[in-house]
Amino acid sequence: MSEPIVRFENVSKRFGETVVMRDFDLDIAPNEKLAVIGPSGSGKSTLLRLLMTLEQPDGGVIYVKGEPLHHMWKNGRLVSADQKHLRKVRSHISMVFQHFHLFPHMTAIGNVIEGPIHVLGMKRAEAVARAEELLDMVGLADKKGSHPSQLSGGQQQRVAIARALAMQPDVMLFDEVTSALDPELVGEVLNAIRKIGREQDITMILVTHEMGFAKEFADRVIFIEGGRIVEQGPGAQVLSEPRNERTQAFLRAVLG
Amino acid sequence: MDIMRFLPTLLDGAWITVQITVLAILLALFMGFVSGLMRLSGVWAVRAVASVYIEIFRGTSALVQLFWMFFVLPFFGISLDPFTVGWIALGLNVGAYGGEVVRGAIQAVPRGQYEASIALNMSKWLAMRRIIVPQALPAMVPPWGNLFIELLKATALVSLITISDLTFRAKQLNDQTFQTVEIFTLVLFLYLAIALVITGVMRIVERWTGRGLARGGIK
Ligand SMILES: Nc1ncnc2c1ncn2[C@@H]1O[C@H](COP(=O)(O)OP(=O)(O)OP(=O)(O)O)[C@@H](O)[C@H]1O
Ligand SMILES: [Mg+2]
Repeated sequence: MSEPIVRFENVSKRFGETVVMRDFDLDIAPNEKLAVIGPSGSGKSTLLRLLMTLEQPDGGVIYVKGEPLHHMWKNGRLVSADQKHLRKVRSHISMVFQHFHLFPHMTAIGNVIEGPIHVLGMKRAEAVARAEELLDMVGLADKKGSHPSQLSGGQQQRVAIARALAMQPDVMLFDEVTSALDPELVGEVLNAIRKIGREQDITMILVTHEMGFAKEFADRVIFIEGGRIVEQGPGAQVLSEPRNERTQAFLRAVLG
Repeated sequence: MDIMRFLPTLLDGAWITVQITVLAILLALFMGFVSGLMRLSGVWAVRAVASVYIEIFRGTSALVQLFWMFFVLPFFGISLDPFTVGWIALGLNVGAYGGEVVRGAIQAVPRGQYEASIALNMSKWLAMRRIIVPQALPAMVPPWGNLFIELLKATALVSLITISDLTFRAKQLNDQTFQTVEIFTLVLFLYLAIALVITGVMRIVERWTGRGLARGGIK
């Protein structure tokens, strides 16, 4: 395997008494499409939130492109990262949330150009041109002047995807991005994700309950429970012929 | 009996009252935003400094603060003219309440907005400036408006440190003429007029800050 783009090494995370992850290890290859499945409370969101630096690990190290994320090297020792280091390594990652979290005081295109202009320092004209391309790609060219409150859930989520993509991340995180949507709107969002997967050199980690999508889209599916990887492999294997009995039980419960 | 003959003197006083109100409002806004944002800092010492300011100025009366700055500060070698003491004391006092207004409105912005800012790799300061504060502003405007009206009313206290504001002029005229009913009725309406101007301005500010958010309503 080539150098992993993301590596979880011995990561542990707890909230008070609740241990969510214990000695968690995971390597993700560049350009890999990884689907994460598991029961509620198993730590799927925590996995993504740690990688987005929305949470701090209690132990272990997460590496992105070989560099520690929450830590940095100082005199040959790993110490807590300062803001500068954190923002440098974090620039490789972006995230799409279950509840979109679009900026309500900005238009669709305003949401998409915000990061490129103010974080990447891109010229306004260039940021607008790229944002228009991205909105076109997710099928929202005609909605660029709309405010989030004027868009459907599926449209808002596609704007959120364009917004994350505009940051030119190497790794994109998707946390149950279709779970808050009416069933008829799920397809348009999954299509946007498929398109990005096809057209861009980008690593994607998707927490999802869409088993059909995971099987068809992901290079690898991991099933986690109690903050541990119980079973992993190609979607066709993990989802169709699970070996572990807990995976089997979970899939029986979800697929009915 | 022509009560209008009191008007020129009272208007002189009202002008002083307006000046003190406006300067104190500007100071209160500044102190409110600075202390409110400091209360939200990740650094313990920064939060502590803001808390001390807010608790001292909320926990003691504006009159005592005014007297203290006017009569006690000179013992420490700081002698300010009454006008300066007037607006600074009131601005600091109202700024302390404003700090809580700012903090409360900022904390009411949904957590997801901070998280989205981090997902776009924004610095904390950029996220505050571009994402959080603009969404917190509409909620701040009405309570700030109330504070400004309170501030206007509190300016009457400055008459006690020899500033010839509206209240000072009224008492002076009353002592000379004993036309109590006429004078204080006129004063009442003058204060009311200033308060209505403040309310009107705040309405405009409210509409202006809500501009983006109002479009189609927030879901
Ligand atoms: N901020 C928090 N404070 C306290 N406990 C938390 C916090 N975040 C998560 N937890 C707990 O950690 C565990 C894992 O949560 P996590 O959100 O990662 O699960 P999940 O696999 O994403 O579940 P779901 O499928 O319901 O989204 C849960 O028991 C949850 O209650
Ligand atoms: Mg979750």
